[in-house]
Amino acid sequence: MTTRDWKNLVLGAVLLGIAALLPLTGDAYAIALGVNIAMYGVLATSWALFSGPTHYISLATAAFFGVGTYVTASGIDVLPYWALPPLAGIIGGILAGIVGLATLRLSGVYFVIFTLGLAEMIRQIVTWRQNATGHKGSYVLTDLTENHIYWQLLGVAALVYLAGWAIGRSRLGFALRIIGDDEQVASHLGINTAVSKVALFIVPGAVAAIVGAMIAPRYIYIEPSTAFTPMLSFQVVIMAMLGGTGRLWGPIVGVIPFTLLWEVISVSFPNQTTLLLGLCFLLIVYLLPNGFVGLFQKIHARALSKEAYQ
Amino acid sequence: MDIIITGLLLGGTYALIATGLNLQYGVARIMNLANGEMLVVGGFTAFALYTGAGISPVLTLFIVAPIAYALNWAIYRVMLRPLVKRAKSRGMLEQESILTTFGLSFTMVGLMLWIFGGSYFKYSFLARPFVLFGDNYGLNRIVAFLCAVIICGVLYLWLNHSRAGMAIRAVAVSPESARLVGIDVPKLSAHAFAIGGAVTAMGGAVISTFLTLDASTGVIFTMKALIIVIMGGVGDIRGTIIAALILGVGETLVASLINPGLTLAAAYGMFILILLFRPQGLFGRKPT
Amino acid sequence: MRDGAQVLSLRGATKRFGGLVAVDGIDFDVHEHEVLGLIGPNGSGKSTTLNLISGALAPTSGTITLRGAPISGQPAREIARRGVARTFQLVRLLPSMTVLENVTAGAVFGHRRRWGHAAEAQALAVLEKVGLAGAAQSRVGQLTYIDTKRVELARALAGDPEVLLLDEWLAGLNPTELEQGIDLIHKLRDEGRTVVLVEHVMDAIRSLCDACVVMSSGRKIAEGTPGEVLSDPEVVRAYLGDDNA
Repeated sequence: MTTRDWKNLVLGAVLLGIAALLPLTGDAYAIALGVNIAMYGVLATSWALFSGPTHYISLATAAFFGVGTYVTASGIDVLPYWALPPLAGIIGGILAGIVGLATLRLSGVYFVIFTLGLAEMIRQIVTWRQNATGHKGSYVLTDLTENHIYWQLLGVAALVYLAGWAIGRSRLGFALRIIGDDEQVASHLGINTAVSKVALFIVPGAVAAIVGAMIAPRYIYIEPSTAFTPMLSFQVVIMAMLGGTGRLWGPIVGVIPFTLLWEVISVSFPNQTTLLLGLCFLLIVYLLPNGFVGLFQKIHARALSKEAYQ
Repeated sequence: MDIIITGLLLGGTYALIATGLNLQYGVARIMNLANGEMLVVGGFTAFALYTGAGISPVLTLFIVAPIAYALNWAIYRVMLRPLVKRAKSRGMLEQESILTTFGLSFTMVGLMLWIFGGSYFKYSFLARPFVLFGDNYGLNRIVAFLCAVIICGVLYLWLNHSRAGMAIRAVAVSPESARLVGIDVPKLSAHAFAIGGAVTAMGGAVISTFLTLDASTGVIFTMKALIIVIMGGVGDIRGTIIAALILGVGETLVASLINPGLTLAAAYGMFILILLFRPQGLFGRKPT
Repeated sequence: MRDGAQVLSLRGATKRFGGLVAVDGIDFDVHEHEVLGLIGPNGSGKSTTLNLISGALAPTSGTITLRGAPISGQPAREIARRGVARTFQLVRLLPSMTVLENVTAGAVFGHRRRWGHAAEAQALAVLEKVGLAGAAQSRVGQLTYIDTKRVELARALAGDPEVLLLDEWLAGLNPTELEQGIDLIHKLRDEGRTVVLVEHVMDAIRSLCDACVVMSSGRKIAEGTPGEVLSDPEVVRAYLGDDNA
């Protein structure tokens, strides 16, 4: 590790430490907002780990998230709570592996189509099983407060950043960047493209399931339509795109302003949320295709070339 | 037997929707995730005209088609053409068009929620039984099927036997070569995208006669249309029709034998089989 | 002349696309430290043959062996690991990466795999060899045409391949660049690399190749030293048509 790596590590730890102090304010509204930011931050960052370098757009976040909430919902009476998020991670990872094996050997379009409807399909199956067994939803009653959920999510965030940092320095991370640039070149260099893609897709799958499992106590009552909301997949893509996927810190830079903006929108225009979400997304795709990261790099490059002239 | 006929009747309308998507993806190279929303727009128009002015959905088709054509043409020119221009490769265009149309689909759902609200839309049109091979079927389903057959048939003949149709097929095979023989590819792509949208919207008007729609059902139809297009092969109208009929029958089988709430799961099951065993489509040749 | 051990051999290699036979029962051997030219008129199946060797396409029938072990029908990644590296007819670089990263990719994932400092050192050494030592940190978008070709060559060399496949590597260069390009391949030959090149530039073939295989309409019509095959009447006929034979 170089001195720069150490610096970044210490900086990250300090920022997370400061963020962890938020519940001490005792402001319930701020903490609720903090939970949202932490949740979207973790989801968007892990999403970008795979979709950033490969350019394969995953629309399946809601599916894995929903599976995670259902792990908590159905396991809370049987297992101690602390066992559930890891279990959700394993199940989410396996599911992502299966989805990856079925679609990632083929072109990107198949992957997008498959992930587009995955949440809806799992929702149908869960609803069907529930109807067959006769109960519609389930209660998750724990003594966990918003503060606990917040701290748990920050812990996952730390893990995701460490994982992202490690992947960025690994052969796997390098292989994924090559695949994202030119898949044919990648395979002619000796990279097993399918295995690399599936291996990395497991990460956001597992993380989204863990987050779902941790958020479940917040919902208290869980039914398929709340657990598998397609809006979630969409929000995660928007926020990650807004921040930019080229850097590890990109998505969180998109998550914070967007979550705040979203707060304003859902309070002031409760009936137009979907419309405004769609319009925001179009604006980002057209005006900021590389997000804040891209904007930052452009300004940086311009500053550098100016220096060179002087 | 009645399951199969019901399935075929449903598959006929699916063929119409998927043919629209296939024109958009196969010719204009736009993977349109907002296709289902265009369908819902068609369905809502039929609903509004029937309940408001008593206009038969069959007549509505002639109103929906030109409006949807114009709307889709404008969408292509304003939103998608810039993407086609800035894309460096087909892969990049695919990715950008997926993102854009995904945003568009949410925007359209949002608009419809705003205008029509979140409730279900259903009206009763020709809801009389009709006896076919000794079983009862809804007359509306039969009429819908016939409409779909006529529209698909006209489209098929036009694509295969007219000069413009041939140019469109040429663009589908190779935009580069089409340009070399003097075909105006951007113009035809816009044309194909608009026709595709119009066909899908007509499909929506037809399907609204016997299915309940709401503002956010579009994505389910997008999924089904995408699965059909992959199954039948991109750019292959005949394959699309056969795949649509298979999906219609398969779905009806699952719905009537297991549970009506599992139609999308059934479609997915077929999709997985295709992905595992014939990713080039049912009738496609192995890519070389 | 052809005394080195056999590195690569093709026996009855055939590729059909539907009804079209692009490569029809090709046999030839490539010996160690030899530069073999695969030549023939346009559409004669040279590039397809190269694609069969690199695994971009799977042969319909026939076998291809690398140091005695069959590689035909294996995926491209497996063939690359066994020691076949290639360049592409239309240059394919990794656009989001620097020159150094492009070449490091070859050092990390090629035949002889390295990681970290070792990979970077190898990449820099190869860049130096192709004459791009100064451009390591450049973006690939800023390069001249011949430099993009150099990067691609360096990427292929970085994994220390057993066999290097060059698909029209000299095509499209201007006369000055062509001279530099031929010198560069000469250097590889002097180092004792084993190279198969598909080429149209006759001067290059004469000065670089130890052996030539001539293809026409998917078949092998001649084999020998460049001098022998270029004076073969059947080869002349294939290139120029019957009237000139």
